[in-house]
Amino acid sequence: MMSSIIERNRYLILRRTIQTGLLILFGGANWWGWKLLQGNYSSAYVLESFYLTDPHAVLQTFATGFIMSSDAIIGGIIVLIFYALIAGRSFCSWVCPVNMVTDLSTWMRKKWKITQKEYFISLNRKTRYWVLGLGILLSPIVGVAAFEMINPITMLHRGIIFGFGAGWAIIIALFLFDLLVVEYGWCGHLCPLGAFYSVTSRFSLIKVKHDVEKCTMCMKCFDVCHEKQVLNLIGEKSGYIVGECSNCGRCIEVCNDSALKYAIYNYKNQEVQR
Amino acid sequence: MAAKQNMNSRRDALKTLFRGAGLLSLGGAVWGSTAVTLKASELTLRPPGALDEYHFVKACIRCGTCVEACPYDTLQLATLDDHTAIGTPFFKPRLIPCYMCTDVPCVPVCPSGALDVKKIAKQNDGVKTGKPDINKAKMGVAMLDQEACLAYWGIQCDACYRACPLFGEAITLEFKRNERTGKHAFLKPVVHRDICTGCGLCEHACVTEKAAIFVLPRSVATGKVGAHYIKGWDKDDEERLRNLKEKKTEESSPEDELNDWEYLLDDE
Amino acid sequence: MGLNRRDFVKTTAVAAAATAIGMSLPNTMKAANPEKSEGGWRWDKAVCRFCGTGCGIMVATKDEKIVAVKGDPAAPVNRGLNCIKGYFNAKIMYGADRLKQPLMRLGSDGKFSKTGKFKPVSWKVAYDEMEKQMRKTLKELGPTGLGVFGSGQYTVQEGYAMAKLMKAGFRSNNLDPNARHCMASAVGAFIQTFGIDEPAGCYDDIELTDTVVTWGANMAEMHPVLWSRVTDRKLSDPDKVKIINLSTYTNRCSDLADVELIFKPHTDLAIWNYIAREIVYNNPESMDQEFIDKYMQFATGFVDTGYGMRTPDHPGFSDLEKQTVKKEVSKKISKEEAVTLGYLGFKEGDTMEMKHRKTPKGHWAISFEEFKKALDPYTLNFVARLAKGNDDEDLASFKVKLKLLSSLYMEKNRKVVSFWTMGMNQHTRGVWVNEQAYMVHFLLGKQAKPGNGAFSLTGQPSACGTAREVGTFSHRLPADMLVANAKHREVSEKLWKIPAKTINPKPGSHIMKIFRDIEDKKIKFAWVNVCNPFMCTANAKHWLKSARNMDNFIVVSDSYPGVSAKVADLVLPVAMIYEKWGAYGNAERRTQHWKQQVVPVGQSMPDLWQYIEIAKRFKLKDVWGAQKIPGLDAGLPDVLDEAKKLGYSPDDTLYDVLFANEEARSYTWPDPIGEGFHNTEVAGDGRTIMGTNGEEWKGYGFFIQKYLWEEYRSFGEGHAHDYADFDTYHKVRGLKWPVVDGKETQWRFNSKYDPYARKADVGEFAFYGKALKSIAKGNLQGIDQSAGKVDLTNKAKIFFRPYMDPPEMPNKDYPLWLCTGRVLEHWHSGTMTMRVPELYRAVPEALCYMHPDDAVKLNLQQGDLIWVDSRRGKVKAHVETRGRNRVPKGLVYVPWFDEKVLINKVCLDATDPISKQTDFKKCAVRIYKA
Repeated sequence: MMSSIIERNRYLILRRTIQTGLLILFGGANWWGWKLLQGNYSSAYVLESFYLTDPHAVLQTFATGFIMSSDAIIGGIIVLIFYALIAGRSFCSWVCPVNMVTDLSTWMRKKWKITQKEYFISLNRKTRYWVLGLGILLSPIVGVAAFEMINPITMLHRGIIFGFGAGWAIIIALFLFDLLVVEYGWCGHLCPLGAFYSVTSRFSLIKVKHDVEKCTMCMKCFDVCHEKQVLNLIGEKSGYIVGECSNCGRCIEVCNDSALKYAIYNYKNQEVQR
Repeated sequence: MAAKQNMNSRRDALKTLFRGAGLLSLGGAVWGSTAVTLKASELTLRPPGALDEYHFVKACIRCGTCVEACPYDTLQLATLDDHTAIGTPFFKPRLIPCYMCTDVPCVPVCPSGALDVKKIAKQNDGVKTGKPDINKAKMGVAMLDQEACLAYWGIQCDACYRACPLFGEAITLEFKRNERTGKHAFLKPVVHRDICTGCGLCEHACVTEKAAIFVLPRSVATGKVGAHYIKGWDKDDEERLRNLKEKKTEESSPEDELNDWEYLLDDE
Repeated sequence: MGLNRRDFVKTTAVAAAATAIGMSLPNTMKAANPEKSEGGWRWDKAVCRFCGTGCGIMVATKDEKIVAVKGDPAAPVNRGLNCIKGYFNAKIMYGADRLKQPLMRLGSDGKFSKTGKFKPVSWKVAYDEMEKQMRKTLKELGPTGLGVFGSGQYTVQEGYAMAKLMKAGFRSNNLDPNARHCMASAVGAFIQTFGIDEPAGCYDDIELTDTVVTWGANMAEMHPVLWSRVTDRKLSDPDKVKIINLSTYTNRCSDLADVELIFKPHTDLAIWNYIAREIVYNNPESMDQEFIDKYMQFATGFVDTGYGMRTPDHPGFSDLEKQTVKKEVSKKISKEEAVTLGYLGFKEGDTMEMKHRKTPKGHWAISFEEFKKALDPYTLNFVARLAKGNDDEDLASFKVKLKLLSSLYMEKNRKVVSFWTMGMNQHTRGVWVNEQAYMVHFLLGKQAKPGNGAFSLTGQPSACGTAREVGTFSHRLPADMLVANAKHREVSEKLWKIPAKTINPKPGSHIMKIFRDIEDKKIKFAWVNVCNPFMCTANAKHWLKSARNMDNFIVVSDSYPGVSAKVADLVLPVAMIYEKWGAYGNAERRTQHWKQQVVPVGQSMPDLWQYIEIAKRFKLKDVWGAQKIPGLDAGLPDVLDEAKKLGYSPDDTLYDVLFANEEARSYTWPDPIGEGFHNTEVAGDGRTIMGTNGEEWKGYGFFIQKYLWEEYRSFGEGHAHDYADFDTYHKVRGLKWPVVDGKETQWRFNSKYDPYARKADVGEFAFYGKALKSIAKGNLQGIDQSAGKVDLTNKAKIFFRPYMDPPEMPNKDYPLWLCTGRVLEHWHSGTMTMRVPELYRAVPEALCYMHPDDAVKLNLQQGDLIWVDSRRGKVKAHVETRGRNRVPKGLVYVPWFDEKVLINKVCLDATDPISKQTDFKKCAVRIYKA
């Protein structure tokens, strides 16, 4: 029984472990002076030897006309390469702390049966690409990395490590937005960082693979997926899940038919899925 | 019907387009103005070696490694209510001043170049070495409110003077006789702006209820003299001409001005 | 206050004129009476709580709270100014953790337990336990089993009452003030040189002099208001007036100084002798020959006197400590000492046995020729090499400074004032170096004249007024009298109306020895008054441990929980300065009184009340029977029969006899002086306080403070220690004693200004002090028993004192000198000023000031946490390589105000053997990263 619960949530547990573990490592740097990971997700100083930087932030800064020093740029390239070529959009579900907040609101939404999908306003899933573009566009106009001025991800992360100030209000707002206004509202509709990684990780190595032969069309994967539009091939044909998929693995966990699994993307024999 | 449908869908598409454009520009305006308001940080004191404020807010990636490097917890990252670009490092000297560590640990860890070692590079025979020299920092400049300063009342205070890490250089005492008592002297602190680093140890030490000496960012606290007048008594002052940028003045027509004379006779 | 600005200008103008001719103000010109202002607060005069300067302040009270202070514009010392400690006088009483009720260590049974935790108790329970413990100790050890830590911050009346209680009541001389740490060497030199204590000059010297030389006195931080007067004098004539700062590190006085001389610790002894040599050998014409011939006698004394430490056979010493302590018995003569002690036949490497450690005060007359001969080694070359304290300075420049210093002293018609404080007093040869200051001034005839004189400044607000004048030292009685002197005892017994032979003739334990006695189980009951000795005494680990781990009972009367209270068994909450009536005497002999301004906080009660209340617990038969005294074979006689003849019954309490006698009760209350003011001791103050007998406190009913003052002043009257009456002091801004015929005295021993000198009628001067005025004759090598004695009535002495090394100097294991001291922002152990938020923020912790090169050598950085480690103990502190104190290489400086940096654990408890004053300025330490 217990083992089956773990089995059914193995990726979820792993993700939460990684997310909180990273938070503790970052927090430890500020609270107890650990030297493993200093800074935050904007830029992390690893083992006092090199940096990992948010490529989206570097891009915005570049848009303002300021070229960061090599430490940050190299750090950004490392991160970009890692996600673009290997891990896909997995930042969102494996690293990002906001994911835990929005998952909580999703869970509560289900529990309290807040089913009206679009309560106040309707939002298009593509909005995030507009936000991404607008952020880049605004940066040179306002003279500062525009999304970083309002970025709830770093706000939350900084808040946990360095203290919130009034920043917790933004996080509560975001939580309530997801809970009451739009299902998957932030991560699934608005977040430009998610959009950024969706764009850049089109050809990443790690993807979820669907085997239509085994699929019984139970639709459990649709129940758990936060980006249902990526599941358009389920039951239709075998292939790799692409697009906004964040490699969270929930669909793999719930699939009783072993029709979904992590796999290495085969670049050669693929027709592009949309 | 098909045409109508087609027409409808085209109208819908147009509507969507306009709605999208409207939303986008509205969002942009709100977002942009929020960003501009949030980065309005003229009164913020930055860590040593920081670029000027305009470039600093662009450059800073808000990672907080400088905050973590500071052994005195001087630096904090701005939150929503700190009236400065969110996530960027700053300090409030009245709470915790910059203790001016000789190895300046906060600067070299900066990945983005927002804190730049070059700005505080140690000079060796006029040549910049790679090492930082905290005494070169220009985080701000100490301003003194003479009305509230006890030393200017004649009280023997000088707490700021003694607290200054560049003792006897950044703040000196001006001795002046106290005619009121006839036998005491004023020991008045005077800030030397060219040396002051803006560390804020003086502001921290000041014993008045609200500090009578306080640090402001240099951009706020310094004036600027036009290059059209050069000090005749200071040979080096001509240097200011070297950086002169020619400004075009708009010309207007003198005839128009001459023709506008009737108001001279206006009685009302 | 009713004085407006115009009145003020008028009054001060008259005051200036009046002080210039040395007269007191007529009553019509006295400062305005306290008045209610329209805002409902009342202004009244008082005096600053901090330092020996003695600034006058005005205190505003409203609703039983001090709401503000201002500098008193009518006060001659400060004319309305203050330093920042003075600026915060209004805030010192209202710290959050003010002690408000008696606290005692209680066991689980609710009774006193040495290992218990502090719990609130009633005054009655506290006093019951105190009485029990005192009786236990008296039974076991006799009167000397009791010890009291007195203070230079006692009010005059408090000090006087405690001295009377201990000496006349309990017959114990184990009362010694913290002023021992601060002024004792100055006192020793005053007595040995002048035969009477306290400075000849006054602060007016500052305005009148042309040269101010500071010797180990950071006046800029420790006497800021006086320093602003020095600054003003400098500004008034910048070219003529010269300021020279002599110190072992660069301090704030150097800002103003024309010349700064950084010398190696302890070599001030050699520098003074260099100046004297310049005078005697190279510029004899600068000597005031007539002055010397008429008023001076050359003298010298023993050198093998030890360093006031215990001998190394004491079981309490660790092996490391013994490395230093062994020098108390004998020492190797160093290369330098071979030169300076050559006149005694010592050569380098010889062993000097400390034969005269028990008689360090011994001195005898010598001829001028002998004196001159002794100065011979102190040539410019020798002294410059020995004394240069800054490795980075070249010898030639140091020599130029030495020459300049001596030539300024010698310049005819140039007036010179030498100021010093702890640098010269906290010195294992402190009395010597004080005497050397007088030596130079006497040779030049530049002493006891307006603008000319060697001037010892005091650190504490009433080090002069109470500790010295009242005589709260273990060897003293009021008005410079000594317990060891039978005639002095007789005078005191008469004035105190107690039987002859009541007073114990054996001097008691000085403050350092009270601690040592506690460790040696010779004192088992100790009472701490108005000070924090467990924090301010060197080698503190010994004393902290013995307080906590041994069978004894420590009572601490304090206002805040300081270090001493933490190691105590019983803590009594006291009223602070403006919560009681009192008087302080400052460094220029100015006595200033104030009235109780507000009701004390909580259940706290004035110190005076606490002392008198214990007197109620003991009857004459308890203490005036025969008593055993260690070291006094005959013991103390039974004086109860004598007491009966004086009309006392054995069942009378000490309170009845000492404090509530007929005369005391003749000072009735209410008194016009006290109209409108509280007097907690005398009449209660509206609070319901259950007293030490368990009944509500209603007051003694008579004006105890006035009685004590008037009785106290009878000691000095006619003996050059005259004061004005109680009421007068409440009308004026203090008066400089001797106050004769209502006039104060600016320059003592000078017939023009001092009526006593005039009365002596021996010429322009008369050094009329009575002590040690008949001494043996001899030569540099010693006393010539056959030569008889020389009478020095109305004369003073010019001492020759040689240079000697201090007992502990840096070596390869402990390579750095440690010097300790204070900062402007904090007073002493910081119990008050660290509780003023503004002052705390200004200087929140004690830093270890270090030369940047030393820091580099030790691989340390600005701000690093380090251990300061000596043979006795270690403390953690942060390194400061910048800032106000710039130390030379090889020396570190740590202020002692911070109980978290308890630097006295590190310091050496070596004292001057004559004065018993600890040398806090030098010991050897090593430093490493914590």
